[in-house]
Amino acid sequence: MPKIKLSQRTIEIVKEICLSFENNEGELINVLHEAQHKLGYLPAEVQELIAHELNMSIAKVYGVVTFYSFFNMLPQGEFPISVCMGTACYVRGAEQILHEIKRQLNIEVGQSTPDGKFSLNCLRCVGACGLAPVVMVGEKVYGRVAPQQIRKIIAEYQEGCVRPEKHEM
Amino acid sequence: MDMINLTIDNRPVSVKRGTSVLHAAAQVGIKIPSLCYMKLEDLNIENKPGGCRVCVVEVEGRRNLAPACCTDVAEGMVIQTHSMRAIHARRTVVELILSDHPTDCLKCAKAGNCDLQSMAQHLGIREIHYEGEQSTFREDTSPAIIRELDKCIRCRRCEMMCNEIQSVGALSAINRGFNAVISPAFEMNLDHSVCTYCGQCVAVCPTGALTEVDHTGAVIRALSDPSKTVIVQTAPAVRAALGEEFGDEPGTLVTGKMAAALRRLGFNYVFDTDFAADLTILEEGTELLNRLTAFLGGDKNVKLPMLTSCCPAWVKFFEHQFPDLKDIPSSARSPQQMFGSIAKTYFADKIGVNRKDLVVVSIMPCVAKKYECSREEFSVNGNPDVDFALTTRELAQLINLANIDFKSLPDEDFDHPMGESTGAGVIFGTTGGVIEAAVRTAYEVFTGKKLDRLDYTELRGMEGLRHATIDFNGLPIHIGIAHGLGNARKLLEDIQQGKSHFHAIEIMSCPGGCIGGGGQPYHHGDAEILKKRQMALYREDSGKPIRKSHENPYITKLYEEFLGAPMSEKAHHLLHTEYFDRSKS
Repeated sequence: MPKIKLSQRTIEIVKEICLSFENNEGELINVLHEAQHKLGYLPAEVQELIAHELNMSIAKVYGVVTFYSFFNMLPQGEFPISVCMGTACYVRGAEQILHEIKRQLNIEVGQSTPDGKFSLNCLRCVGACGLAPVVMVGEKVYGRVAPQQIRKIIAEYQEGCVRPEKHEM
Repeated sequence: MDMINLTIDNRPVSVKRGTSVLHAAAQVGIKIPSLCYMKLEDLNIENKPGGCRVCVVEVEGRRNLAPACCTDVAEGMVIQTHSMRAIHARRTVVELILSDHPTDCLKCAKAGNCDLQSMAQHLGIREIHYEGEQSTFREDTSPAIIRELDKCIRCRRCEMMCNEIQSVGALSAINRGFNAVISPAFEMNLDHSVCTYCGQCVAVCPTGALTEVDHTGAVIRALSDPSKTVIVQTAPAVRAALGEEFGDEPGTLVTGKMAAALRRLGFNYVFDTDFAADLTILEEGTELLNRLTAFLGGDKNVKLPMLTSCCPAWVKFFEHQFPDLKDIPSSARSPQQMFGSIAKTYFADKIGVNRKDLVVVSIMPCVAKKYECSREEFSVNGNPDVDFALTTRELAQLINLANIDFKSLPDEDFDHPMGESTGAGVIFGTTGGVIEAAVRTAYEVFTGKKLDRLDYTELRGMEGLRHATIDFNGLPIHIGIAHGLGNARKLLEDIQQGKSHFHAIEIMSCPGGCIGGGGQPYHHGDAEILKKRQMALYREDSGKPIRKSHENPYITKLYEEFLGAPMSEKAHHLLHTEYFDRSKS
């Protein structure tokens, strides 16, 4: 993983988040959620800083980050696409959906498009099994998706969509 | 006492509330097979993740089988530990583990000592009915420990030792499901992590996933090279455990047989690290007295308490975790390194051998000693003071390889001049021993009086944190002792916060001290073995004609002929060291 140096501003943001949870080790998951929300992803340096602030081992922080598929260690696209691979979505064709997205964006799971616009991930169950198969783009949920709809969904984000606020590291 | 009555395998059992089914059964002599579970009684070490499900039993009225290790007894419980259903489940679990385990047992470093192998044997597994994907992890080699995680069964014993007992935090479970494994942060190599190489992960690993780096091949090559003079030193704790590898009862002392075996292996001189332990006491004891005298004289800059520095894992621990305290430990090198340094100067000169042609091998109860002797500051122009450190287990392997019948060996003595030692040197191998040895010398030097008793029982024991006050002729000296790095951390935090009232603190990384080191014969969770090794060292001490380091005649001679006095410039150069801040690396 390429080493990046955190800006002073990023360090402050992470420290503020930790402090808002009273630097309590037991709040690690909430801290990680908040940090990812603000920064977009959780590079090694951010995890090291969080471990230091919460006075716990970096290995433990990394253990939690790698356990939950929600957490990302690589920069996400401006519009992260998540395909649910939970049982209900899977049996209703999530794999074909995933295949179609990979084909259209020409990236693999875990990668971002070269323009940084889209990234692709799988996740387990978003709790909307009635809408299976489900695709999420950012916070927006698309239900009963068919492979033919993919082109249209991606096009929605190609131009003129409101860009999510993200802090630059 | 709140007692619970239950029935296990049709036998009535009455145990304390809060007892697990596994322990309740053990109390009436029923052994329920278990794999990930491990407990070291009286050392507060217990691994109970309930992960492997090998210990499942049938509880009447419950739909599912219950893991005996983490199910508490309840009034009126009726348990069958070996019903057909329980046996079938147990076998299935072990077969599933084996279906994702390399089948290279014939050449595995843990063969014969593997808990998974024993379990498969115990359950009579002759066929694995499941076929599937195999985990493939990259092998990680460090100066002391090898991680071969294809053999990891996720029992999490290593993680428990590394975090709960040692508070090192190098290892954690990462990823999930099939990809879950125990690893340092960011899957970095162990030698980039905060690992101290204490080797307690190796000591408890049930399989060959964690083992020491094997240096037996290199030692055999040195022994068969006619241009080399090969000498060996043996750490105190080795003699109290080596016999176990040859079927002796734990606690059997094999000092004489060990010396005989080493001679038959072809070492040119068989020496004793205990000699260097006596030397350590002279240096470290003098340093303590110097600091004490300065402190009593009103010097505000003097650093107290003084911490011992014999244990390489402990040294690496404070270099990573408490770099602000790196001026507090004694600057004295460990006995292993003092030995190497003296061997390649004083002794090499004595026998007229160039240091390049002198190979120093050490036999250690420890895996961190492998790392210690590779530290750059312990070498001269790239030539290390100690060339190879073997564990007790590796020595046993060499003895077997050379077809030496260990049990029938005669007792032999160590060679001179670096084989003579006192009782004080011997007890370096147990928690409390280094500081007791230091007290014996410091007291006499400080007060100018003879000690009327030598056994400081108040410094002995197995409790993780101990303290005692020793009367130095009216001056109370407060002494602290910690074994296990988690316990050491507590004392260090007190020092940081200015709450420590101790003058001297002894720290050993491994539970029990070196007798419980990561390089010792595997204890398989039996704490009695550690206690017996400890008693053996005290027995060896009390049987020694000389029991105070400063009375060792060869040490006196070494100072007269070579070093001058303790803490002299030469002694400083050869026997002391400095520490580094590793918190940023």
